[in-house]
Amino acid sequence: MSEPIITFNKVNKWYGNNYHVLRDIDLTVTKGERIVICGPSGSGKSTLIRCINRLEEHQQGNLTVDGVELTDDVKAIDDVRKKVGMVFQQFNLFPHLTVLENLTLSPMWVGKMPKKEAEEKAMEQLKRVRIAEQASKYPLQLSGGQQQRVAIARALCLKPKIMLFDEPTSALDPEMIKEVLDVMIEMANQGITMICVTHEMGFAKAVADRVIFMDQGQIVEQNTPHEFFNNPQSERSKDFLSKILGH
Amino acid sequence: MSATTFEPIAARPAPVKTEGLVAWIRSNLFGDWKTTVGTLLVAAVLLKVLPPFLQWALFNAVWTAKFELCNAEGAGACWGVVSEKFRIIIFGRYPFEEQWRPLISTLLLCALLAGSCMRSFWKAWLVPLWIAVLAFFFVVMYGGVLGLSRVETDRWGGLPLTILLASLSMAMAFPIALLIALGRRSKLPAIKTFCTIYVELIRGVPLISVLFMASFMFPLLMPQGFNIDVLVRVLAGITLFAAAYMAEVIRGGLQAVPKGQIEAAATLGLSYWQTQRKIVLPQALAMVVPGIMNNFISTFKDTSLVTIVSLYELTGAMSLALNSDADWRPFKIEGYLFIALIYFGFCFAMSRYSLWIEKQVNKSKLR
Repeated sequence: MSEPIITFNKVNKWYGNNYHVLRDIDLTVTKGERIVICGPSGSGKSTLIRCINRLEEHQQGNLTVDGVELTDDVKAIDDVRKKVGMVFQQFNLFPHLTVLENLTLSPMWVGKMPKKEAEEKAMEQLKRVRIAEQASKYPLQLSGGQQQRVAIARALCLKPKIMLFDEPTSALDPEMIKEVLDVMIEMANQGITMICVTHEMGFAKAVADRVIFMDQGQIVEQNTPHEFFNNPQSERSKDFLSKILGH
Repeated sequence: MSATTFEPIAARPAPVKTEGLVAWIRSNLFGDWKTTVGTLLVAAVLLKVLPPFLQWALFNAVWTAKFELCNAEGAGACWGVVSEKFRIIIFGRYPFEEQWRPLISTLLLCALLAGSCMRSFWKAWLVPLWIAVLAFFFVVMYGGVLGLSRVETDRWGGLPLTILLASLSMAMAFPIALLIALGRRSKLPAIKTFCTIYVELIRGVPLISVLFMASFMFPLLMPQGFNIDVLVRVLAGITLFAAAYMAEVIRGGLQAVPKGQIEAAATLGLSYWQTQRKIVLPQALAMVVPGIMNNFISTFKDTSLVTIVSLYELTGAMSLALNSDADWRPFKIEGYLFIALIYFGFCFAMSRYSLWIEKQVNKSKLR
């Protein structure tokens, strides 16, 4: 077994005083692993992956990312964020910057890279997601699928070891889902560690090493996609699968 | 059933609007009976009000600076008052023979103000240029060196004083307002409380009382022999006052920036200040351009309140000019109309400029 890159050890989180959103999460992700997390809404999937780059903080347990334990220590958080890229459901591109500026912002300001070099690297990433010809446009001038591919390219500019996807295709028109998934599948084949919250079961079957099913803040079941889809162990996952695959 | 082929329809230009004056009048002024009634009512009011006003302001007006003519039976507006008192209205109590000094320093300041509005001036050298021009302004106005006689700040007045107070207080209030607005959203309780108290305290009192305190109370609290020039104190008062209002306008903009933008910046490793500078403020400020310009315009006009602490800016200088001369005192309306025109010129220019800025900052939203 290869070495672990993310470990959750009895992680708990509450929103406010009463909403127990993550309950005793134990999870180890190994380097290069591709994980799909699914489950009903409100089950804590997004919160789980947002803990990994500290967009949310956990209150109990230990969470270690690439050897760095996440605490209130700002330096540790910065350290982790440099290694973790994230793609959001709503893209979150910066609307006042062009596509190219969206990509070069962090390399230039955080990485102190000269402008010319940052732009060259950015164009490489844009080519990778097949959108180089839109570099000088503003995000709102692009379609949803194009925007999401730009968002992926922006995250890749930081050369992350881990990529987090938070429902990357849920806000897209059906015709655009494929172009985003194609880019993600390509990435998956290049050995980056990926954790993806999604309901695209086709994607899960095609690339995931492991599917994690969550409900009510707990990990209910985890298995290979083949086993999970064909032979779910718990009643809850059977019920969930029958609903999302049932039509 | 055979499959039909999909044939896209070529895009056509939008239909041309019907042009022409008659068509415009018909549809906009006499569209239906309600608009027709409205048009007729407005026309009636104009017919009633406009001729007497024009009669007074133009046809019967006295253009020469002779108050005897103005007092004659049937005389209209007495515009001669403007040419007679022009120098005092514009320059206040500044010594008469020395008025070339405020003239050139104000022209220079205005040129820089106008220049600063243009994109090609937004370079790093603009800051030292501002410092240089302001230094020039103060040296030439205050004198005491280079063979210039000394003119104390309490004798500065008229339009130069209005422009100086307005431009300096706006320029200083803006960065203060930015910090206060950010501070009110800070996670650090001390900073947040301080900024909230500042805004609430300043907004809770009228500008007049701030000026009064700056002018009369402040010196009492200072140790003997320690004194700050009244102009500086008043300038600080207006600045702090304007900043409190502007901070709230900016805070409104900050709140309108989606949380996802800040999260995306965080995942890209940007620090707090980088996030504010590169992501949040550009979007927040773009949304509140009209509100900020509102603040600027009202600050410009609020400078007229410094009269109460005996600084005679444009409005004060006008009253001073006419009050001190019994012959011309009856023609204050004409005087006020004249300075109203000056205020309007500046404010209108500011509001047109704000429209241009809005266009610039919203370029990314164009299709």
